[in-house]
Amino acid sequence: MKAPETRFNPRLEQRHRIGSLFYGLFVISISIGIIGLLVLIVQVLVRGLPWLSWGFISSYPAPDPSEAGLLAALAGTIWLMGLTAAFTVPVGLGAAIYLEEYAEENLFTKFVEVNISNLAGVPSIIYGLLGLALFVSWLSMGRSLLAGALTLSLLVMPIVIMASREAIRAVPDSHRQAAYALGATQWEVVKGVVLPSAFPGILTGTILAMSRAIGEAAPVIAISALVFLTFVPSDPFDRFTVLPIQIFNWVSRPQDDFRGIAAAGIIVLLIILLSMNSIAIYLRNRYQTRSED
Amino acid sequence: MRASGRTAARRRSPRRGRRDMEGRVVRWLLIGCAAVSILTTIGILITLLTEAYQFFIEVSVWEFITGTRWTPILKPQSYGVLPLVMGTLLVSTIAAAVALPVGLFAAIFLSEYAPERISRIIKPVLEVLAGIPTVVYGYFALTFVTPQLQKVIPDLIIFNALSAGVVMGVMIIPMVSSLSEDAMLAVPRSLRHAAYALGATRLEVSLRVVVPAALSGIVAAFILAISRAIGETMLVTIAAGATPRMSFNPLEGIQTMTAYIVQVSLGEAPHGTLTFKTIFAVGFLLFLMTLFMNVVGHFLVSRWREKYE
Repeated sequence: MKAPETRFNPRLEQRHRIGSLFYGLFVISISIGIIGLLVLIVQVLVRGLPWLSWGFISSYPAPDPSEAGLLAALAGTIWLMGLTAAFTVPVGLGAAIYLEEYAEENLFTKFVEVNISNLAGVPSIIYGLLGLALFVSWLSMGRSLLAGALTLSLLVMPIVIMASREAIRAVPDSHRQAAYALGATQWEVVKGVVLPSAFPGILTGTILAMSRAIGEAAPVIAISALVFLTFVPSDPFDRFTVLPIQIFNWVSRPQDDFRGIAAAGIIVLLIILLSMNSIAIYLRNRYQTRSED
Repeated sequence: MRASGRTAARRRSPRRGRRDMEGRVVRWLLIGCAAVSILTTIGILITLLTEAYQFFIEVSVWEFITGTRWTPILKPQSYGVLPLVMGTLLVSTIAAAVALPVGLFAAIFLSEYAPERISRIIKPVLEVLAGIPTVVYGYFALTFVTPQLQKVIPDLIIFNALSAGVVMGVMIIPMVSSLSEDAMLAVPRSLRHAAYALGATRLEVSLRVVVPAALSGIVAAFILAISRAIGETMLVTIAAGATPRMSFNPLEGIQTMTAYIVQVSLGEAPHGTLTFKTIFAVGFLLFLMTLFMNVVGHFLVSRWREKYE
């Protein structure tokens, strides 16, 4: 009886000391990401702000950094986003509606679901190769905006599908049943009841998917290559360049001034991204408080 | 419920035929949308295989996977992919060494220690970190991290694997921490309470109860994050250089599989040339590596979901 009592030593003080040691380690770990983000933003602002001006936004790229601007890239990004959204949203939403509202639990459905989650993990450069072979060469679209937009839509499609499914799933079943009781067909229920109340969630998911697409450089390089453009694309078959590629182009030059305008380009890109993300987060928060009551 | 709703509609509607027709057309359109994702996978496989097959007619598979020199553009040409694989693994290993412990500790902090209001501030910040384009990380590695590291390690050359790997590690921290945190939050409260009742400290509950219980989810997070690192492209293209090398020295420049694909893409290699085909052979290998890791990762995720939900 006595032996275990003497043998057991709780060593409480030591255990608590180890506990607070690790607590410090955890706090440091969580700070690394946040500090990294802060340093990155400060660094970009310090280098880029002196170069940021109206002339920078409204001029074409030039061999002299003080005259160069990102008009062609900005226009290309806006074109590309418009086309990508036009392709992605109908198809992605359609797939989400099918999986949530229509699909039976069978092998096809299961296969589609596994497939979508695997597609989300395929490196973006692989989509670039797909687009390069399929759209640029085999379907002879050339290195056009159209080929780029189709490639990017396939890339962000899983994001739109997953976000839309979540939004559709959040619509209470009682709403559907009320509509059926009034004699609506399945499609009328989807169109008149499910989609309107899932709309904010779908919009949020779409904005987040588009902000992912805006930052992508690798697949777009595979499609458009590194072109020097001094015009704004006027139709979907034109050649194009986008902000991340223009930034990449400037970063990879050794002269210090080009690094400066690269930083200025990054500021423009981050402003676009942050405003898109804030809109998405705002919509999400408003939506969440709504669905709770 | 839904079926009975439909019959009710049939009885009353004067435009029954038109609405039935509409229903069928819509249904097939929606199935078509869902099929696009399958067609995408098939498209990836067919394009990679077709172009890679063309490549392997000219270069033997054996030479490709065992060769130790990668000089497809310079003469004499040599098509051994191992230096690119080494470069990829080197950068991913450095990134993993940074991101796995830091991400896991961050997840433990968020799931076991942080009060609600603090994690509500931290999580959006991590989301922003995850949403920054990789070109920006490349710029950061090349123009800030490398010069800082050079102050400590004078031998470091401008384009090096170390700086790219470290920045990539910071980049994938949010992925590791959010996936691991999900796994830890799925561990039932009762397990923690039982451990506390036995007199365990908070650290002991975290490390000896929660982490082991969430282990398959945490391992899945690690695997998915490493797969992301292997496929990461712009950061390594900008900061790690363009010299395929059979070495594990992080202070030198290397070239990854992804960076090689970009290097060739920049030059607009014409369709049909051997150079054009090389990027599909490299791409196919990259696709297989990431696919394998993703399948294992998703399998582990589905396993812990079954266990506790």
